Amino acid sequence: MTDDAFISIRNVGKSYGSFRAIEEISLDIAHGEFFSLLGASGCGKTTLLRMLAGFESVSSGEIYIDGQPMSDVPPFQRPVNMVFQNYAIFPHLNVAQNIGYGLRKLKLPRADQDRMIDEMLELVQLTGYGKRRAHELSGGQRQRIALARALILKPKVLLLDEPLGALDKQLREQMQMELRRLQRAIGITFVFVTHDQEEALTLSDRIAVMSGGEVLQVDSPSGLYEAPKTRDVASFIGNMNFLDAQVTGRVNGHAYLDVQGIGKMDIPVKGTTLTEGDKVSVAIRPEKLILHDTAPAGDAIAGEIELTTYLGERSHYHVRVPGCDVPMAISSQNSHMHDPDEAKTGRPVWLTWPNDALIVLER
Amino acid sequence: MVSVPDAAPVRRNRLTAWFRRSEAAQGYALMSPTLVVLVVGIAVPLLILIAMSMWTRDGFGFDMTPTFANYERAATEPIFGTLLTRSFFVSGLATFFTVLLCYPMAYYVAFHVHRNKMLWIVLMTLPFWTSYLLRVFAWRVILGYEGVINSAFLTAGWIEAPLEFLLYSQTAVIITLAHAWAAFAILPLYVSLEKIDKSLLEAATDLGDGPFTRFMRITLPLSMPGVISACFLIFIPTTGDYITPALLGGPDGVMIGNLIQLQFGPVNNWPMGSALSIVLMAWIAALALVFLFLTRKAKDQLA
Repeated sequence: MTDDAFISIRNVGKSYGSFRAIEEISLDIAHGEFFSLLGASGCGKTTLLRMLAGFESVSSGEIYIDGQPMSDVPPFQRPVNMVFQNYAIFPHLNVAQNIGYGLRKLKLPRADQDRMIDEMLELVQLTGYGKRRAHELSGGQRQRIALARALILKPKVLLLDEPLGALDKQLREQMQMELRRLQRAIGITFVFVTHDQEEALTLSDRIAVMSGGEVLQVDSPSGLYEAPKTRDVASFIGNMNFLDAQVTGRVNGHAYLDVQGIGKMDIPVKGTTLTEGDKVSVAIRPEKLILHDTAPAGDAIAGEIELTTYLGERSHYHVRVPGCDVPMAISSQNSHMHDPDEAKTGRPVWLTWPNDALIVLER
Repeated sequence: MVSVPDAAPVRRNRLTAWFRRSEAAQGYALMSPTLVVLVVGIAVPLLILIAMSMWTRDGFGFDMTPTFANYERAATEPIFGTLLTRSFFVSGLATFFTVLLCYPMAYYVAFHVHRNKMLWIVLMTLPFWTSYLLRVFAWRVILGYEGVINSAFLTAGWIEAPLEFLLYSQTAVIITLAHAWAAFAILPLYVSLEKIDKSLLEAATDLGDGPFTRFMRITLPLSMPGVISACFLIFIPTTGDYITPALLGGPDGVMIGNLIQLQFGPVNNWPMGSALSIVLMAWIAALALVFLFLTRKAKDQLA
């Protein structure tokens, strides 16, 4: 366990009978961090979150929160609170009663409770809504109540289980801003579960990408996007072009590759264990590729436009490159006026790329 | 003369068009079979009962001059009041115990059974597939002087003489009613418990409630509709029940239903029987309203 680990997940596994939902995960989350668990449904992210909350037992390993082992602590005594996916607002209580639900345990005088509830209503911008019933509220308002209800108990960790999934796009973006504002304002650790990679990138300090009950990579949003360690991570976060390649030689800090559709290439690589004969993938993000109308000087791939999608601020192109199985995807900013002729299928184009944009991944 | 054959189709078309447009008309049309049964089977007899309760017996016929004499008798003669109070007491206790015993069963199936829930419910209600009369007789065998319980306790040496309060008493009526109507409690309780979103229970736990507090603050208030309907479903019919008290009640166990049955049978005073039925109905309605009011209050308190 490192010193700055506020939540420490040590070799934690979870099995249901013979089915292993979580395989031996170890993770450290720092105090005040906005940490996301990202993965497709069924990857074990929600199970891990529910293990932090105490709703699922830990089959092996141990979870420490603020240095305390959590295995023997029942969920109603853990220093964590949760925002549920469907908000779980108590239908028979009004907004103030919902927010103040957990205060009863603290045995505070009525006036103090009311003051804390009012503060929370103000924090989530629902002042004056205290007497409303839950069913009179919109999705975004219910979301805020669920947040206030969890935060009023001043938990050491706030757990959020896909809290924005049920909201429409505009409201979701608004709530994302809200969540970041809240997290900065109160400075507690957030553990956030989502399947939406854009949301994870927007909100998090660090992200753990999960798949099949395992953590594939833990990194900052830019780290995950710019330097994915595996093909799975690279394809899960954003879009990526993959080209099959074979290592033909290694010199200090450089690899010589034979890339499908391009031919021989010399790529700077750091600290990998590539050796001659390895089959690898060369990956490049669509927005890192530069589209040219005329053949540029130096290395370039020649191809022809197969499909153009005009998106207003950007356009997406699919370029067919001879020798490649799948067309290359290119995304480019529409910084000059759009010319419909440019989109014509079959128009010859050339692709170039900055040297550091290529990522070599093991296959 | 030419216009006459044309007029009918036009009118019919207009009628069809009106029918297609009016949702209310379609609703009434769909409802009409039930409505006819309800009017003929419930409203008309009720009106007859009300009318008859204001008549007087006259030999083997009726004196149809309207009078409140029957109601006066019902209010003044102590036997009616006593039996009415006893009926409410007995079926009130029976209702209480039925709901108390059925709640855990419904709770278990709703929260702890994950597969074949319906099978469990069917198995629980299986005893109620036999006739009501048969079940009442079965309890006679169990509770009797030389019945299952007494002979078992005697053999075990726990008692020296058979327990006499078991049969032909109010206890016998309460036990039998509580069992006989259990199916009517389990179903509404199960439905209301099953509807509770499990994440609400997790949320309550997450916010610091232990199992008992959580039950009192979330599960019980949210299952209150089921509790209330179970209470009504049992209390209302058992108050007027006369089979169980007749077979198991003995002199102490006679209820208002037995008296009403007497009026329509051996005593042959139909107007008095009608008046008693109306009084019973009015009391049940009043008690139901009070009960509803109290549970509402209690629900607000629990929250």
